[in-house]
Amino acid sequence: MKRIVILGGGTGGTLTANRLRRVLPADETSIVVVDQDDVHVYQPGLLFVPFGLTHPDDITRSRRRQLHRDIECRTSPVDRVDLDADTVHLADGATLPYDVLVVATGASLAPEETEGLTGPGWMEKVFTFYTPDGASALAERLTFFPGGRLVVNVVEMPIKCPVAPLEFCFLADWYFQELGIRDRVQLTYVTPLDGAFTKPVASAALGGMLEARGIELVTEFNTGSVDGEGGRLVSWDDREVPFDLAVVVPVHNGAAYVANSPGLGDELGFVPTDEHTLQSKARPNIFAIGDAAALPISKAGSVTHFEGEVLVENIQRFLAGRSLDASYDGHANCFIETGFQKAMLIDFNYETEPLPGHYPGRHGLPLLKESRLNHLGKLLFQSFYWHSLLPGHDLPGISSAMPAQGKDRPRADQKEARAS
Amino acid sequence: MTTTTLAGMEIELDDEGFIVDPERWTEAMAADLARHEGIDPLTDRHWQVVRFMRCEYEAKGSGPTVRVLGKTSGVSVKELYQLFPRGPAKIAAKIAGIPKPRGCI
Repeated sequence: MKRIVILGGGTGGTLTANRLRRVLPADETSIVVVDQDDVHVYQPGLLFVPFGLTHPDDITRSRRRQLHRDIECRTSPVDRVDLDADTVHLADGATLPYDVLVVATGASLAPEETEGLTGPGWMEKVFTFYTPDGASALAERLTFFPGGRLVVNVVEMPIKCPVAPLEFCFLADWYFQELGIRDRVQLTYVTPLDGAFTKPVASAALGGMLEARGIELVTEFNTGSVDGEGGRLVSWDDREVPFDLAVVVPVHNGAAYVANSPGLGDELGFVPTDEHTLQSKARPNIFAIGDAAALPISKAGSVTHFEGEVLVENIQRFLAGRSLDASYDGHANCFIETGFQKAMLIDFNYETEPLPGHYPGRHGLPLLKESRLNHLGKLLFQSFYWHSLLPGHDLPGISSAMPAQGKDRPRADQKEARAS
Repeated sequence: MTTTTLAGMEIELDDEGFIVDPERWTEAMAADLARHEGIDPLTDRHWQVVRFMRCEYEAKGSGPTVRVLGKTSGVSVKELYQLFPRGPAKIAAKIAGIPKPRGCI
């Protein structure tokens, strides 16, 4: 009997377990999924909570109930992984020996790492919408916001869903217009990056959208401390941005047990992983998927989804003693909600930055362009998530590899003009 | 792309001032690169960070971010900003002759 232990029952752990259960007979391979609780949050939904467009109850389900009945579920925090003994130690004292380990415990927020962030004013004037509690508290605060300076701040990369704080800005612009008080709200986006986004074509497009909406952009701001009482962000190089209400995306780390498992993770608790096979660099029988992996691509649900296919193939190959399939290309795909029932879509991978065009082919959804169709796509995605993505069903026309067709590539001369 | 003279050698720099080929960097070039960033002289504390960046790059293929530097270089984030006021990860990478840290995706 082979034993597969999957740490984390979120997007990556659930879809991996369900896909593996379908291809590996239950009398030959046991699959165990471990998580510290039974609360599976549809994380893209958190963005909509502050604006009263959804409620945490509507984006939350049982983790267990998303898993095939022939998968064992354990609810306990993980204490540590003993890499030399191929054993997971749970906080409840149990031990789980494994033939293959999958690390799928995502990223965790560390607001306490930024001076003052969780001090006076936290959850009163300073919020995050990256947790259900934070998003709910912010919803209440926005309802009674009389106007003033609203600052959206990313403390440091990497963060989950790098477009989410931009989407928050666009939705805030829409929300205050609907309330009729947009002229009394000063919106500012404060980022450590040197532009609105990381990749040039998308950064220019998104930067232009901030400008068109009258949202101020402050770049290369590395937040050193947050003064909730005095209402100001202070950077390490002593610049200040004043606020009446701050929406902060705190720094992210890997799961706490990674730091407690010598040899498994990097300085931040993410697992160094081969970019194309998803095998960890720690041990050949350890794999990582989703936000938990240290890979040069966005931490996003779509990345996890596209990684799943390659990961499941490689776990089968590893168990059979065959060489691994190095085909994950860094494919990522994100809907960007832009307010007024519209959204943009971006599609990219390790090599290709987000470009205009259509997805998944010439007649698909418009890329890097606002449209109602993309907004509908974003709304419909939640149902797809619970009913297709987590159970591990393939969607016709949607492949793990990034489609090259449908994208408008900049001509070589335009590329040069941009670089100079 | 521009060409400049560092420690008596002709060296190619990219548009942001990073050495195009990290293999050509020598410790003798660091002082010239630092002066360009308004840092003069390079103290032992600067060197601790620059050498650390170089080691990390050679081991991992990419320079660390400020937070990782603060956790692992033996120099606190506060001091890193005192040493390299215009952005420690970027400026120290430039002086160490390694590519711009790609920590942000």
